[in-house]
Amino acid sequence: MSDTTAPLTAPRVSPAQAYVSTTLREQEPAPVATRGPVLWVRRHLVGSVPQVLLTLFGIWLVYVTVPPLIKFFLIDAVWTGTNREACLPEKVGREVGACWPFVWAKLDQLIYGFYPASERWRVNVVYALGAILLLPLLIQQLPGKRLNAILFFGVYPVVAFVLLTGGNLEMQRFLIGSFSGSDLFAGAGTVQGMRVSFWIDFVVSTALVTAIAYLVSRIVAGPEAAPAAAKTTLSAFVLLGLVIFAMDIDVGLPQVETRLWGGLLVTLVIAVTGITVSLPFGILLALGRRSKLPLVKALSIIFIEFWRGVPLITVLFFATYMLPLFLPGRLTIDGLLRALVGVALFASAYMAEVVRGGLQAIPKGQYEGAMAVGLPSSLMLRLVVLPQALKLVIPGIVNNFIGLFKDTTLVLIVSIFDLLGSMRAAFTDPNWASPTTLFTGFGFAGIIYFVFCFGMSRYSMALEKRLDRAQRH
Amino acid sequence: MKRILFAAVGLLSLAGAVNAATLDEVKTRGSVNCGVSQGLPGFSSPNDKNEWGGLDVDFCRAIAAAIFNDPTKVKFSPLSAKDRFTALTSGAIDVLSRNTTWTMSRDTTLGFNFAGVIYYDGQGFLVRKSVGLKSAKELQGASICVQTGTSNELNVSDFFRANNMKNGEVIAFGTLDETVKAYESGRCDVFTADRSQLAAVRLKLTNAADHVILPETISKEPLGPLVRHGDDQWFDLVKWVYFALLNAEELGVTQKNVEEQVNSQNPDVKRLLGTDGKYGEGIGLTADWAVRIIKATGNYGEIYDRNVGPATPLGIERGLNNLWTKGGIQYGMPVR
Repeated sequence: MSDTTAPLTAPRVSPAQAYVSTTLREQEPAPVATRGPVLWVRRHLVGSVPQVLLTLFGIWLVYVTVPPLIKFFLIDAVWTGTNREACLPEKVGREVGACWPFVWAKLDQLIYGFYPASERWRVNVVYALGAILLLPLLIQQLPGKRLNAILFFGVYPVVAFVLLTGGNLEMQRFLIGSFSGSDLFAGAGTVQGMRVSFWIDFVVSTALVTAIAYLVSRIVAGPEAAPAAAKTTLSAFVLLGLVIFAMDIDVGLPQVETRLWGGLLVTLVIAVTGITVSLPFGILLALGRRSKLPLVKALSIIFIEFWRGVPLITVLFFATYMLPLFLPGRLTIDGLLRALVGVALFASAYMAEVVRGGLQAIPKGQYEGAMAVGLPSSLMLRLVVLPQALKLVIPGIVNNFIGLFKDTTLVLIVSIFDLLGSMRAAFTDPNWASPTTLFTGFGFAGIIYFVFCFGMSRYSMALEKRLDRAQRH
Repeated sequence: MKRILFAAVGLLSLAGAVNAATLDEVKTRGSVNCGVSQGLPGFSSPNDKNEWGGLDVDFCRAIAAAIFNDPTKVKFSPLSAKDRFTALTSGAIDVLSRNTTWTMSRDTTLGFNFAGVIYYDGQGFLVRKSVGLKSAKELQGASICVQTGTSNELNVSDFFRANNMKNGEVIAFGTLDETVKAYESGRCDVFTADRSQLAAVRLKLTNAADHVILPETISKEPLGPLVRHGDDQWFDLVKWVYFALLNAEELGVTQKNVEEQVNSQNPDVKRLLGTDGKYGEGIGLTADWAVRIIKATGNYGEIYDRNVGPATPLGIERGLNNLWTKGGIQYGMPVR
């Protein structure tokens, strides 16, 4: 600072003030270690008294937790066996830790649930396809992102659906009701008859909805906007029809009811569906909430606040036990589907608020700049606002994903066995009941959940780092 | 909340009464829909082969065998205690075989019929052998671990009052696992719960052999399968599947010897196995209905021994569940 001028101004310092050197001090030699482990330890572990105390506390904490865990899960663990006898201390003759043969014996149950053994290859194909499509999507350097995304988000769900359930939806009605006239084309009550009835209903519904969209937009927005609105509606229905048609193809696979699904399969189906649905819906809801159109805004707010205000357990319980009371007659909705819809709506509402946080952080200048160069509002959102807003809230988004992944365990209360549910059911097998079965099982489930959640967390951090490059100087 | 649920269940039972002829529905569907628990050792739990096993499960298999001659034609719905009745009234399942206690309110106002008692359970006591107790009457002054909010908690104080005994201390815990841990760590001398549960809990204790279940049973928990009101034919069928299992044991008809027993000259065996008379037609099946059942699951004794009996890890003695001829109260109505 002003060291060099110190000799000149020194006399002005009053005696009451600090001592100020009038000459330059001799330079000290450089420290012995400016880098390396010794310095690191000195600086980070034993730098001061509180640091020393914290270090000691940390060592103590590691000492009381890690060795017993290693002892329980590895050293004292039993690795082979065919029933509970292998894990009983009085039979083995030593202290017994984790009972791993229990996990091996129940592994199929944990991965597939009650999915028939002869059909498990279908689940494996779905797992493999998912991994093959997802990995290149996550690695930035690989080309063909657009095709990859279409395959993963568009084609894969349909393929997975057909593979897992066996296709053949047996739908009878779409929006309006079943057409008894279809009995003329095919026998009443037959699968073929139901299919014809469904498609007649579909075509009529499509025509009706398109007409309504045309009329409404003509009244609200004027005659110029009407054809566009009708076209959008029509193409949405055509797309939906294509998806339903693809799902309904009878590929000759035996049907596997969702009642038989379980374990990791259910956990992944719910989590992946929830995650992929919640992000786009969340963005739409967040935009809707900030919209200037009062109706859109009100609907978005009501949706978000309703789903955020009720607990997920209530939603699932309601969907499973109360909904059938209101639905007419024998109409039943698949149990897993109900849970899926409940989880997806719930996650969307949460996601909307996270995204809204990002939108609010974008300065007004960005909007004004975009408008000044004449971007229409859709392009302004796509090119200017959303890329910045979403980047800001990546930690929040991934936080939601991880929370959702773990929330899937709640479906147990509506009699769907996810990974943890299958594990709990496995605990009740008297052939494996032992003092340590419970801890082994929960430990194993914990490891699986950790692998998935930690993976998501690390990927999000890598993503943040990559996208943050522009802001680093 | 409970009241609302019950009201809803009541409403549903009105609606459910309309669609009768469960047997026809089951036949067209090609399988019996059976509600079981989400996991109860010995009664319904998934085994290593990824199949449901247990006493309650085998009973549903017996029904399927009687109808289809194929015990695998059952679809099991694992139900929680809360939604089991809703599932039955709504028609999602045909029979609820889920360790459900036969009580008056369930049998009457909820709109169900109990088809029999597949297992007579009751509250018992688990103690350490080292304490040296021989009977529950000696429990004077002992501290007792019990799960809170269960009927077990009320039963135990009733028992002490009825026997003019002073209980030292009843310590209640929120969950079963907590209660067991407290007992294991020595917080109390006695752990009390239903006997089938005690047997299952004992397996999880370190050195299970050091603990013993006292002989007394202090409450009545008759567990049995139930069906909806409004379809007497189906009710009869489920009921007689149960009686067939008992009669088969009484007459010595087993899974192994059922083929030979068909040629038996014993009139009781002939009537049961359909070589004399066509009693099976009375429940909408063919005369050899019982043969199919026994071939698939064995008689009641075999089912019991396979799932909860002394040779299994649970190791529960027959006790009340023995036949009436052997000191128990299981009694199959005669096939005549």
